[in-house]
Amino acid sequence: MKCGIVVFPGSNCDHDVYHVLNHVLGQETTFLWHQETSLEGCGLVVLPGGFSYGDYLRAGSMAAHSPIMAAVRRHAEAGGRVLGICNGFQMLLETGLLPGAMRRNRDLRFLSVDVHLRVERDDLLYCSNYRRGDVLRMPVAHAEGNYVDTGEALDELERRGQVVFRYVDAAGQLEPAANLNGSERAIAGICNAGGNVLGLMPHPERCAEEMLGNRDGLGLLAGAVAAGGGRVGALAAAGG
Amino acid sequence: MTLPDNRFVARVLVYPRAEVLDPQGRAIEDALGRIGFDGVRRIRAGKSFEVALEAEDERQATEAVDRMCRKLLANPIVEDYTVEWVSE
Repeated sequence: MKCGIVVFPGSNCDHDVYHVLNHVLGQETTFLWHQETSLEGCGLVVLPGGFSYGDYLRAGSMAAHSPIMAAVRRHAEAGGRVLGICNGFQMLLETGLLPGAMRRNRDLRFLSVDVHLRVERDDLLYCSNYRRGDVLRMPVAHAEGNYVDTGEALDELERRGQVVFRYVDAAGQLEPAANLNGSERAIAGICNAGGNVLGLMPHPERCAEEMLGNRDGLGLLAGAVAAGGGRVGALAAAGG
Repeated sequence: MTLPDNRFVARVLVYPRAEVLDPQGRAIEDALGRIGFDGVRRIRAGKSFEVALEAEDERQATEAVDRMCRKLLANPIVEDYTVEWVSE
């Protein structure tokens, strides 16, 4: 599947994602400059991590209004795959392609550590290499990953099964101490109702090769490029 | 509030919503307590923007600034905003 990685001023995980998609997974991969208006036929669009526009105003808010985002929005609304990692997740929230918002981390610290994630959905294409309940170890590196939304919106998110990853301890248990950034309901990653747009704070591209000591993230990127006609399709909701 | 040539200047104040935990405000609050300001009850850390714009009239200017706030200057999920008009 042709993959496009959108590059914003301040993106810094774009080449890491390129490496995994192209060199590890063998996918045709291209960079898309944020000023462009075409996705060049890419089936998967990745919004990578970094500090787009220096996190001016709110993390991801300036990137959310850059020229290419109109095309990304059309792609997403037509069922195309969009994966937002870290700053890319923040952009998806700021564009409204995913619900919710980010606050500063609970302890105001930039967090750069490995965390454990529990897979909450395995009927998503992105998670096709995992099983529900699997515990993955992935690095996070962010200052604003403290997910929030209104209580009703969070209930709706849960009801529709849109929570894909939660911060847990190594045994897979929800534990306040394992939810380092303070996210509501320990939310680490969510998808849209159609399951074709996924955003998460942890970095699967940083743990996708054995030589890095951890390849728990490879399955996610492999799922993102798995065959499926370029569409993930509406999913029989796991949570109703 | 009207300036020559239908120019308007708005001061937009953006604050975390009351029900949203404001970690920055809390940290500043704690720091003020540590340096001896015992009477501080609450700090909310926000942002302010000065928006100079041209518009046909006050109503149009108000609508434009309101749209800017909702679309970009504030994130309504976590922030509230107020608009004041200032003379340059």
